[in-house]
Amino acid sequence: MSVLTADGRTVTGEVVHPGWVRACHWINAVAVLVMIGSGWQIYDASPLFRLLYFPRSIALGNWLAGALLWHFAAMWVLVINGIVYVTLGLMTGRFRRKLLPIHPSEVVATIKDALSFKLAHDDLSHYNAVQKLLYIGVICAAIVVVLSGLSIWKPVQFQELTALFGGYDVARYVHFFAMSAIVGFLVVHIALALLVPKSLRAMVSGR
Amino acid sequence: MRARKTIPGADPKLLIKDAAKLMPDPMRRSFLRGAASLGALAFLTGCDIIDGDTAESVLGRVSRFNDGAQALLFSKTKLAPTFPESAITRPFPFNAYYDLDEAPVVDPATYKLEISGLVDNKKPWTLDELHALPEVSQITRHCCVEGWSAIGSWQGAVLSDFLQRIGADTKAKYIWFKCAEGYTNTIDMATALHPQTQMTFKFDHKLLPRAYGFPMKIRMPTKLGYKNPKYVVAMEVTNTDHGGYWENQGYNWFGGS
Repeated sequence: MSVLTADGRTVTGEVVHPGWVRACHWINAVAVLVMIGSGWQIYDASPLFRLLYFPRSIALGNWLAGALLWHFAAMWVLVINGIVYVTLGLMTGRFRRKLLPIHPSEVVATIKDALSFKLAHDDLSHYNAVQKLLYIGVICAAIVVVLSGLSIWKPVQFQELTALFGGYDVARYVHFFAMSAIVGFLVVHIALALLVPKSLRAMVSGR
Repeated sequence: MRARKTIPGADPKLLIKDAAKLMPDPMRRSFLRGAASLGALAFLTGCDIIDGDTAESVLGRVSRFNDGAQALLFSKTKLAPTFPESAITRPFPFNAYYDLDEAPVVDPATYKLEISGLVDNKKPWTLDELHALPEVSQITRHCCVEGWSAIGSWQGAVLSDFLQRIGADTKAKYIWFKCAEGYTNTIDMATALHPQTQMTFKFDHKLLPRAYGFPMKIRMPTKLGYKNPKYVVAMEVTNTDHGGYWENQGYNWFGGS
C-alpha cells in the first residue's frame, strides 16, 4: 500500500495496480460476495424460476430477514466503493489507458490464442482484447445490477427508474440476470487468477 | 390459498413453506448462517472476530440507519403508480404467516375501532360509522418483502382526513396499529399523512373479504406488504415506537417502497 500515485506509476515504474485500485478491488470483492450470497437467500423467498433455488449452505443470512439485513448493509459498501473506483478510474485515465481501444480483429486473435493455449501473460500491465471486453462488460453489469436493485428497492420513490426497466416485475429479472453475468465473470476471473498466480500477487502487493 | 398460483414467479408450495418457515424459531436469530459465503468472507477479511451477536448488532444498527435513509427518500407528495382495472391480479393472493382458515373472524355487529394516544376524540368507531366516511379508491401494486407483487383495487377513507377528524396530534412521530389476531405494526407519521394511505373497507368495490383483512386494512402503497396491517381493531397516535410483529424479528422497520 506504499504506492498511491494517481497514474499508478512509481519511480521504478513497475507497479501494475496502484493502491487505490487494490483497495477498491478487495473491498468490492467482500461486498460483492455478501451481496450475491444474501441475494440468493432473498431470491429463494420467491423464486423467479421454478427449478432454480439456492441451497441454504451457499446462501447468506439464514432466512429472509437476515439476508435482507446483509443485503442492505453491504449495499452501502458496494455503492460507495464503486463510486470511488469509477470516479478515480475515469479521472486518472486508467480506464481509457487499460480498456481502450478494442479492435474486433484483436478480439478474434486473442480468442484464437486462448483456444490454442498460446495466451501470453508476460506483461500484466497490458490487457488483451478479451480482458478489456470482460472488464468493460462487468463494469456495465455492475451498473445495471445497482440500478435495477434500486428500482426494486424503491419502486415508488424511484418509479421513473423502475419504469425504465419495464416495471417492478421485469426489473427483478434484470437484477437476476445482471447478477448471473457478474457470477459468470467471477468464475472466469477467479479461474484465471489462480492459473496465473502472479496476477493475483499483483492485486495484493501491486507488482 | 389457490390464489397464490396466479402470482407470476411465486411458487405456491414455496410460499406456504415460507409462511411456516417464517414462524418464530430460536435458530433463526443467527443471521450469519450460510457456511460457504461466510467462509469466503472470513477468508477475505482474514479474521474471525465477527461472531453472530456482533454481526447482528452491527446489522441492526445499519437497518436503523436505513430507516433514516428511507425517511429522507420518502416524498410526502409523490404518488405510487396507479393501474387500470384490467391490470388487477385475479385472484389477488392471500398471504400471512398462517393459513386462510386460521385468519381472524371479526363480528361486524360488535366491531369497534379503538382510538387511543395523542387524540382529542377517543370515541370508538363502529363499522357503520366508518363506512359512512367519504370513500376514495386506488388500484396500486402491493409489493411483498419476499419479492413477488400483485396489483389490487382498494376503497376506503383517507387516513390523514380521519386523523384530522378525530383531532390527532399529527406532530406525533408514529401511529401504532393492533390487529384482531395480535399482529401489530408501527408506522411513521409522514406515511400516515400520505394522500394514498387508506383505511380500507373494500376490495374491488366489494366489502373486504376475510382473506384481505375484514373489516379494515390499512393500505399504504408506499410501503411493503408487511407494513399494511389487516384486521385492524385499534390505533394509537404516539411518540413511542411500539415495533411490530415482523419488525421485531428482523424485518426493516421503515419498510418503504
